[in-house]
Amino acid sequence: MNALLARDLKLALRAGGGFGLGLAFFLIVTVLVPLGVGPQSALLGTIAPGILWLGALLACLLSLDRLLALDWEDGTLDLLATAPLPLEAAVSIKALAHWITTGLPLVLAAPVLGILLNLPAPGYFWMVVSLALGTPALSVIGTFGAALTVGLKRGGLLLSLLVLPLYVPTLIFGAEVARRGAAGMDIATPALMLAGITAATIALLPFASAAVLRVNLR
Amino acid sequence: MIPDLGKYSDTVLSAYGATIVLLLALVLLSLWRGRRVRAEMQKLEERMRRNG
Amino acid sequence: MSLWEYANPKKFLTTSERVMPYVWAVSLTCLLVGVVWGFFFTPDDYKQGSTVKIIYLHVPAALMAINAWLMMLVASLIWLIRRHHVSALAARAAAPVGGVLTLIALVTGAIWGQPMWGTWWEWDPRLTSFLILFLFYLGYIALWEAIEDPDTAADLTSMLCLVGSVFALLSRYAVNFWNQGLHQGASVMRVGAITGSDTSEKVSNVFFYPLLTCIVGFVLLFVALVLYRTGTEIRARRIKALLARERIAS
Repeated sequence: MNALLARDLKLALRAGGGFGLGLAFFLIVTVLVPLGVGPQSALLGTIAPGILWLGALLACLLSLDRLLALDWEDGTLDLLATAPLPLEAAVSIKALAHWITTGLPLVLAAPVLGILLNLPAPGYFWMVVSLALGTPALSVIGTFGAALTVGLKRGGLLLSLLVLPLYVPTLIFGAEVARRGAAGMDIATPALMLAGITAATIALLPFASAAVLRVNLR
Repeated sequence: MIPDLGKYSDTVLSAYGATIVLLLALVLLSLWRGRRVRAEMQKLEERMRRNG
Repeated sequence: MSLWEYANPKKFLTTSERVMPYVWAVSLTCLLVGVVWGFFFTPDDYKQGSTVKIIYLHVPAALMAINAWLMMLVASLIWLIRRHHVSALAARAAAPVGGVLTLIALVTGAIWGQPMWGTWWEWDPRLTSFLILFLFYLGYIALWEAIEDPDTAADLTSMLCLVGSVFALLSRYAVNFWNQGLHQGASVMRVGAITGSDTSEKVSNVFFYPLLTCIVGFVLLFVALVLYRTGTEIRARRIKALLARERIAS
C-alpha cells in the first residue's frame, strides 16, 4: 500500500501536473472572478467563501480524468486488479494520492487567495477547516466518477456531467461552513454534516468504485 | 368555449402548451424510434432466414 | 407462475404487446377526462385565480419524475442481483421519460411562479432539488449512450443509479438546509389533511378529484411509455446480436 501511494505521488510530482496545474487553475479562477463581477470589495467579501469553494471543486474536477486513465492505458490497473491487495484498498490509495496532490495544496492556498478576495477576518480559519474536511470527499467521489468513465475514449466531459451532481451536498455544506464562519455565525450543524459526508464517502464509496472498475476491466 | 381565465390566461395556456409539446415530443420520438427499430429487425430476420 | 417469467425477453414482448393497448387507452382517457374536467369545470382559486389549473399538470409530472427514478433504482437492483436483461433495458427506457417529466414539472412550475411569486426562478429547495434531479437524469442517459458494450453499460449505469440515489437524497436534505424556501408543502396527500386534523392547506375536493384522475393518467402514461420503449430496446439489442452473428458467419 505504501509503495503504491509513493509511486502515485512520485508520478504526479515528476509529471508536474499534480501540484502545479490544480493550484494554477485555482489561482486563475480567483483572479478572474473579480474581473468578472467588478472590484467592489464588500461584494467580493460576501461571495469569497463560495468562490473559493467553487474554485477548489473545479480544480479537483480538472485532474480527475488523469487519475485512472494513465494506469488504464499502460495496464497497471490490470496488475492491481490481480494483485493480493484488494482493489478497494488500491482505489482508496489512489483517492488519497489525488487528495494529497490536489486537495491538500488547495487547502493550504485558500487563505492566500482569500486575501485577494477580501475574505472577512474570521472567515480564514473556517475556510481552511471546511476545505480540509470537504476535499477528501471530493477526491473519493471523483475516483468513483473516474472509475465509471475509465474505459471511454472521450470520458472527460462525461466525467464532469456525472461527478458534478454528486458534488452538490459536499459543496452546499462546505460553502455553508465557510460562509457562516466568515459571518461569525454558529457553524456546528453544517460542519458536522460535512464531516459526516466525508466519513461516509471514504468508508463506502471505494466499494462502489472497485466494483465499477472490475466491470470495466472485465 | 374556453373558460374565462382572467388576467392569468397567458400563464395557464402557456403551461398547458409547454406540457403538451414536451409530452407529444416524447411520445412521438418513442413511437418513431420504435417503428424504425421494429422494421429493421424484421428486415434483418428475413435476410437471416433466406441466407440460412 | 412467477414474476420472473417476464424476464424472458420474448415473453415480455408478447405480454406487453397484449397489455399495452389497454394501458394506452386508459391512460389517455384519464388524461383527457382529468385535463378537461380540471380546465373547464373547476372554479378558480380565490387567491391564485385561474393559475390553479396548472396543478393538474405540475403535480402529476413532479410525482412521476421522482417515481421514475425510483423505478430505475429498483430495475437497476434487479439487474445487479438477478441479471435479467429486460430489467436493465427497462431502466434505460425509463430514464428519458423521467427526464422529460422533470422538465415538465420545472417548466410548469416556473410559468406558475412568474405571476404568483413574481419570479420565474427562485433558488427554493424544491425547485433546486428538481434541477439537480434533472442533472442526474442527464448524466445517467449520457452514460448509457457513451458505452458500447451493452452489459458493461448496464452494470455501470446501475451502479451510477445506486450511488446517485443516495446522493440525490442527500442533496435534497442539503438543499433544504441551505435555503428554507417559498414552495408550499406537499398539500395533496398529507396525512393530517386526510384525517382532518390539519385543514390549513389541504387541496379542496373540487380540485382533488380531477387532479387524482390526472395523476392516474400520468402514472399509466409512464407505464405505457416504459413498456413500449423497453420493447424497442429489446429489439435494438436483438438487431445488434443478429448483426454480430452475421459478421462472424461471413
